[in-house]
Amino acid sequence: MNVLMFGWEFPPHILGGLGTASFGLTRGLAHQGDVNITFCLPKPWGDEDQSFMKIVGMNTVPVVWRNPDRQYVESRHPWMDASDYYRFRDHIYADFNYIGTDDLGCINFSGRYPDNLHEEINNYSIVAGVVARTEQFDIIHSHDWLTYPAGIHAKQVSGKPLVIHVHATDFDRSRGNVNPTVYAIEKNGMDYADHIMCVSELTRQTVINKYHQDPRKVSTMHNAVEPLPQEIQDIKPIEHPGEKWVTFLGRITMQKGPEYFVEAASMVLKSTRDIRFCMAGSGDMMNAMIRLAAERGIADRFHFPGFMKGRQVYECLKASDVYIMPSVSEPFGISPLEAMQCMVPTIISKQSGCAEILDKCIKVDYWDIHAMADAIYSICTNDSLYQYLKVEGKKEVDAITWDKVGERILNRYLEILGWKR
Amino acid sequence: MKTKTICMYFEIHQSVHLKRYRFFDIGTDHYYFDDYANDSSINYIAENSYIPALKTFIQMARDYKGYFKLALSLSGVGLEQLEQYSPAVIDLLKELNETGCCEFLAEPYSHGLSSLADNWSEGFREDVQMLSDKIFELFGQRPKVFRNSSLLYDDEIGAMVADMGFKGILTEGAKHILGWKSPHYLYHCCMNPDLKILLRDYKLSDDLSLRFANPSWKSYPLMSDTYADWIAELPEEEKVINIFMHLCAFGIYQPLSSNILEFMKALPAEARKRGITFSTPSEVVENNESIAPLEVPYPMSWTDEERDVSTWLGNVMQREAFNKLYSIGDRVRLCTDRRIRQDWNYLQATNNFRFMTTKNVEGGIDRGIYESAYDAFTNYMNILADFINRVHWAMPADMDLEELNAFQTTIRNQDKEIQALEKTIARMKAAQKVKKQKTEKKTAEK
Repeated sequence: MNVLMFGWEFPPHILGGLGTASFGLTRGLAHQGDVNITFCLPKPWGDEDQSFMKIVGMNTVPVVWRNPDRQYVESRHPWMDASDYYRFRDHIYADFNYIGTDDLGCINFSGRYPDNLHEEINNYSIVAGVVARTEQFDIIHSHDWLTYPAGIHAKQVSGKPLVIHVHATDFDRSRGNVNPTVYAIEKNGMDYADHIMCVSELTRQTVINKYHQDPRKVSTMHNAVEPLPQEIQDIKPIEHPGEKWVTFLGRITMQKGPEYFVEAASMVLKSTRDIRFCMAGSGDMMNAMIRLAAERGIADRFHFPGFMKGRQVYECLKASDVYIMPSVSEPFGISPLEAMQCMVPTIISKQSGCAEILDKCIKVDYWDIHAMADAIYSICTNDSLYQYLKVEGKKEVDAITWDKVGERILNRYLEILGWKR
Repeated sequence: MKTKTICMYFEIHQSVHLKRYRFFDIGTDHYYFDDYANDSSINYIAENSYIPALKTFIQMARDYKGYFKLALSLSGVGLEQLEQYSPAVIDLLKELNETGCCEFLAEPYSHGLSSLADNWSEGFREDVQMLSDKIFELFGQRPKVFRNSSLLYDDEIGAMVADMGFKGILTEGAKHILGWKSPHYLYHCCMNPDLKILLRDYKLSDDLSLRFANPSWKSYPLMSDTYADWIAELPEEEKVINIFMHLCAFGIYQPLSSNILEFMKALPAEARKRGITFSTPSEVVENNESIAPLEVPYPMSWTDEERDVSTWLGNVMQREAFNKLYSIGDRVRLCTDRRIRQDWNYLQATNNFRFMTTKNVEGGIDRGIYESAYDAFTNYMNILADFINRVHWAMPADMDLEELNAFQTTIRNQDKEIQALEKTIARMKAAQKVKKQKTEKKTAEK
């Protein structure tokens, strides 16, 4: 089976959870065998892992006829096969000279989330038209709203079924105040899709109720985690005897509920002083949170180490005694799973999608700061609870693998294509 | 030729519901119980189960005078709640007692796991003695047979119970202990042959308490004659059929609409037709010879598929809570404060530990106000932390027990001394008054 996938991010150059999830899911699917995946990215860096699929850089696909020689193409994009360039060039379907293109006739992408995001999304969809006319595939799979227009385009060109994967909706990002343009793109994608996969039942309900989709074509496909690589497993946790560390890790923004964490921390610190709190990450609410911590008089115990990536994240996790994710609305939330892999007892909000598949962690309502404070205090003071969550949590999360998700996705493909008997 | 006999026993126990207790309440709030939940749940159970069931038993005792017999055991914690919220049940129990058909058994007052704690045999003895006294006070009977919380039993418990002078003990006829043996005989404790063991027939008991109203059960609907036939058809030599269950099997586990009480009413007549009698546990112990010793190296109970202690002490959290609780037991015993003693009883109840189980029980378990095992554990540990603080406040942690004991004796002696002195003072004052009055009279006369 040939699958054409559209994505926006891919490790190692990731900006959020979308890239991690796309990677794991694609690899889980590839492990099922007999699945050839072509993954389109706006701007690959060339160091992505291509062992289990083929990556197409949208910034290397020509939309305007140019005639460079082969050597020049190879020197410009050393990691790609130059003959692909000529194959794509044979399928340019309209005059796109009005768009700014480079000397190869390709459109430049930032591959991030720039201010002219809507223009990039549109360009991505234009390029997708060329790819869809060139490649052979049986099914189209679009990850997140940025690539829905591309998916629709590919479906209209090829007539193949479109699956869209909802990693988040704008209702999660905005606490209900949706951006109408984004909503329109999302809704349009869902309307055209033959099947909608959501990362949790929570998201599925949003899709059904807020985007008015037929429940029969909406399914839940929970995320999973990659096992930790050896070098991460070998990180020695920092010792801090006599003190417990409680960590929040993520964008400091409304969706993640950072203020509830600060409030819970101030409650805990009223009755005990040997606990430290750490809010790692950056975001639009960071300064407000620093101010709030100071207002509550806990700034000496509440720390903001800033944005972390790669190895730093794991070093921070491993040094922690409690991981907390008080998200107001989290479609899935992969980070608690990573914390559990690092053997850190975890507290998550019930409004997180991952709460649906996790059992060996404490779940509280995001607004219930009393329960949150109580849970933090309990893990820090009762060693048996700490040990139980640490050991059993690791066991539980080790059983959640992308290969199982891949198998479920493949089965769903077969159903959609009517190949299953 | 002796006849078969049915020994029926019912447990009456309801635990005290703990309230939501956050860690910031530690040190400020010393009341741990949810009165509303206690009131409403005990009344619900009394109205739907205890009262109709006890009325039926009283009726049966009158109809089959001297023939129908049963045994009941009440936990002290449950009794206190009934006294407070539903005294009608106590009145019915007294009425039942007056018919003379009912034997009351002893059990730990707290309905707790005190029999399992290390170095706690004195505490366990006290726990049982307290209930025994309470039963005597209420019903004028001194219990002779013992049943542990949730029918917990192992050899050591057997030895302790025998030491306390009980003639018999009730426990589960667990398959993994009995093997090929039948529960329909009387056994004795392998550490002390004076203690006889009555084993529950879990098949016949659960037929009533778990399956009676289940339409998909193959024997549904079960009639008294069939049930009596099952017992009559048992091998000739098997004489003792022990049917033990919670009293709330009638009305709570099995709805009254299933006519389970009608079934009970009809049972004695059907049994009599087949030459089967009813006995109380003490009668069983007196009238039967033990057939063999029973070796139970690890504790067993009547709870869950495993019939062991894993429901209460299965995970590390439960074990920590249990060990923490009993670590202050010795100090609590020295306390004279009534509220500390009462809270101690309530906190020991097995239900508190059951809420913390992480076992996958078929159909899930009722966790009360708690959402998860962790929630139950956190709440309990918060309460326990406050309780421990209170105990330490009364009995300082930096003094060892002997020292405390010595202080207590001194205080008690001083108390006595002061009382004696006060008496003397009072007497002297009275004498002085009389003297004064006399002199006043004399001056008046002059």
